[in-house]
Amino acid sequence: MNFEHLIPIFVSTVVAATPLIYAALGELVTERAGVLNLGVEGMMLVGAVAAFAAGIATGSLVLAFLAGMLAATAVSLLFAFLTLSLQTNQVATGLALTLFGVGLSAFIGRGYSGMPIERVPRLDIPGISDLPVIGPLLLNYDALVYLSIALYFALSWFLNHSRAGLRLRATGESPTVAHAIGEPVIVIRYLAVMFGGAMSGIAGAYLSTALTPMWVEGMSAGRGWIALALVVFATWKPLRVMLGAYLFGGVTVMQLYAQGFGVDVPSEFLSMLPYAATIVVLVIICRDPKTILLNQPASLGKSFHPDA
Amino acid sequence: MSLPSQLLQTLWPFRLEKRPEPSSTMRLASPLIAATAMALTGLIVFLILGKDPVTAFQVFFLKPLSTTYDLGELALKATPLMLCALGLALGFRANVWNIGAEGQLTLGAIAGSGIALFWGEALGSFALPVMMIAGALGGMAWAAIPAFLRTRFHTNEILVSLMLVYIAQQLLGYLVHGPWRDPDGNNFPQSKVFVENAILPMLVEGTRVTAAFIVALLLAVASWVFSTKTFAGYRMLVAGLAPQAAAYAGFSERRNIWLALLIGGGMAGLAGISEVAGPIGLLQPVVSPGYGFAAIIVAFVGRLHPFGIVLASLLMSLLYLGGEAAQIDLQLPSSITGLFQGSLLFYLLAADLFITFRLRRIRRESRAVAGVAS
Repeated sequence: MNFEHLIPIFVSTVVAATPLIYAALGELVTERAGVLNLGVEGMMLVGAVAAFAAGIATGSLVLAFLAGMLAATAVSLLFAFLTLSLQTNQVATGLALTLFGVGLSAFIGRGYSGMPIERVPRLDIPGISDLPVIGPLLLNYDALVYLSIALYFALSWFLNHSRAGLRLRATGESPTVAHAIGEPVIVIRYLAVMFGGAMSGIAGAYLSTALTPMWVEGMSAGRGWIALALVVFATWKPLRVMLGAYLFGGVTVMQLYAQGFGVDVPSEFLSMLPYAATIVVLVIICRDPKTILLNQPASLGKSFHPDA
Repeated sequence: MSLPSQLLQTLWPFRLEKRPEPSSTMRLASPLIAATAMALTGLIVFLILGKDPVTAFQVFFLKPLSTTYDLGELALKATPLMLCALGLALGFRANVWNIGAEGQLTLGAIAGSGIALFWGEALGSFALPVMMIAGALGGMAWAAIPAFLRTRFHTNEILVSLMLVYIAQQLLGYLVHGPWRDPDGNNFPQSKVFVENAILPMLVEGTRVTAAFIVALLLAVASWVFSTKTFAGYRMLVAGLAPQAAAYAGFSERRNIWLALLIGGGMAGLAGISEVAGPIGLLQPVVSPGYGFAAIIVAFVGRLHPFGIVLASLLMSLLYLGGEAAQIDLQLPSSITGLFQGSLLFYLLAADLFITFRLRRIRRESRAVAGVAS
């Protein structure tokens, strides 16, 4: 096997990792504000179907992504209202959001199965994208791939170096203290949940317009849950989310290429790999309870009532 | 007070006030409120889809109750929901979040089918009991993985049990496409049809409901006895309501986690084998339309109480049947069922708030005072 064969594997790894990056970075922000939203899978599906429907209706991919973001943000607001204004249990409400999202997306998408849609184009910069090795390896992706990397840098700066990021983290570590010094805890949490929703929407839109340009019921196939696991694996740090996402992207594409390399394993077992890998990395990271205890936002999953 | 909070208060001029004591009336009223809200949402959806809401309502909620056969279907579909939800509720009450019942159900179906396919004939009249036990053990084995990883490596059982759903479905796919495929089945991905003594007997002539429904009802009673009359059940209850008190009393968290997951997995496994040895009659790539997930909703709507779950599973079963009827009679998409199920849980969670809180309007003066105070 020579280098030429590795290029397509590398490229598909990066592409497979991209929706995970958006969903996991979005959830990371939500969780850093102290809110555990288990509805990522549902929000992704809503985003995917909304983007697909808008893409078919308008023919514009920009509008498709906007629609995906808006729709997923809308359902995330439902979660935010229940958990933040009505103080419902975050675990139960997140599960409800996923179940609702699965049902809603199947309902909206009933007419769209089997329809073709234009795939998000790859950037093709004359002269540059044609460079040997570097061209196909780094400079020939769709815009969303580069934006996901930009999102990582922006978020790292936001969380660690901006005042707003500090306020967000304070809200997640100790809402009572944040409230006492005058931070609008509930408003910050609303915004964090909505950001998570918008990012899940992009992730979903990417699935239905770029990764596999079509709509299939339940097409996220557990990626929302894997994104949730990635946040734990990353111990709530953006850089490790990126590394984890590319690792998982690699595991996902391995099943596509394994047979080509003469690995004689039934395809079903290869399809189990990403899920099995999720369990393995969770075990590795959670083995020492201190790792989680020291890194997890202290108020994660707990309701906050300003009067209490 | 900052501007955003003020804005929020203008848009939402209510304040939640904790009740002196949780309202037991609301605890029972809340599922009814949620079901009513869901039905109203249904009416709106029917209107949007251009269907006469009264007819649609009739087809969806009343037609599935009109004949003996339909009532049999109601009980048939309620069976796996009830079995899964009873087990899940036991865990939820103890703060153990097993959400992988769908996977445990699948493993139960696989394990029980293995007995039926290879020893079904040889076991004679023992085939069914052995299959049921194998099904329950299969589900338990699958649930033992998150239990072991949680107690040994502190791994979150939500994510692990969920990942195992996808793995179980792939395993089932492998078996029916590969080693367990019926060689005379025209290449369809399914196993041989079970021999007659490996099929659950009908309960009522002219319906498809099987003895598994009775088993599920008996297990509901057993589950009630377990959680109200046994010390193990009491320990799990305390662990959920007051984790610190449970720790102080020396109740083992590990034992609760193992119990909750093993019981939940066993019940889900039983649901799986009851489906393949009942209405399906063979092993195929899909053995459940998401009963394991819908059971999460059933558990909550049933107030995590065994008898509530019996009622809730019948309601949920009605939603499945209504979806099918709406598809046949009104050409409505059957996926409307998922929409209803999801919104039911949302409404329930919202209504549940009023068990412990009540809503008070913030009056202008008190708002001004609050502004000065902060």
